[in-house]
Amino acid sequence: MQENDCSAALRQLYPYLDGELTEGIRHKILEHLDACPPCGKAYDFENELKKVVGNRCIETVPEGLKERIAASLDAARGASGQPQA
Amino acid sequence: MADQAQFADVAMEHLDGLYAAALRMTRNPADADDLVQETYLRAYRGFGGFREGTNLRAWLHRIQTNAYINRYRAKQRRPDETDIDDVADLYLYKRLGGPELAAAGRSAEDELLDWISEAEVKDAVEALPEHYRMAVLLADVEGFAYKEIAEILDVPIGTVMSRIHRGRKALQERLYEFGRQRGLLPEVDGVSDRVVAVDGR
Repeated sequence: MQENDCSAALRQLYPYLDGELTEGIRHKILEHLDACPPCGKAYDFENELKKVVGNRCIETVPEGLKERIAASLDAARGASGQPQA
Repeated sequence: MADQAQFADVAMEHLDGLYAAALRMTRNPADADDLVQETYLRAYRGFGGFREGTNLRAWLHRIQTNAYINRYRAKQRRPDETDIDDVADLYLYKRLGGPELAAAGRSAEDELLDWISEAEVKDAVEALPEHYRMAVLLADVEGFAYKEIAEILDVPIGTVMSRIHRGRKALQERLYEFGRQRGLLPEVDGVSDRVVAVDGR
């Protein structure tokens, strides 16, 4: 029985971490994680890794890009406002 | 029906996320610049078709993904790099010592944070085949819901889940390799999939 609970919890690992489970299933998983330290630790690890991946892929927009985009939008606006040649 | 005159006001706040995604997709800053600029131009021209009240950020990412596929993927010599090996569940966790490590007072999370550099995470993400890379990126970096990712990539939700699942595990394999190459992680041959009770097999 215990093993089935662990397998079920592992199957739901990613949907759980991604906030994609219904409240009922989420609650069942939480109960299992509280009762089963190995699963709890594994979930914590995966959650931490997801955060590390997210945090370390944040980028600073290069200087000037925003202005370049604004200029190209202005040009498109100007072009569309002019009578067709 | 959205008004083109308002486009820049509402769309520019999503530049950071679009740029980060563009850089991971193109793997090249100059191409990322061009891709983002093209995305804004396409979005501006198509803004009349955007339904107000729906998700602008997801709409922009969808346009960018399509722009990338149409333009940049054609340049790649390996456009069909579609598949990856199936990697065991909890791959990295088990190799970092799993519960034993935690019991020794040193959490695997601490270890992980200590050794993974920003460059290594980016490398590992960029090494993923495109389908997996995009799904993981949209979930973990951009924080989109599965339903939104399905719309951005134009695939069913089940496909999104499978790509995220397999992509994350392949990412773990790569990160483990980096740590091992740098001598920071123990060589673990044949970690049994039965060592940890939570494994499903």
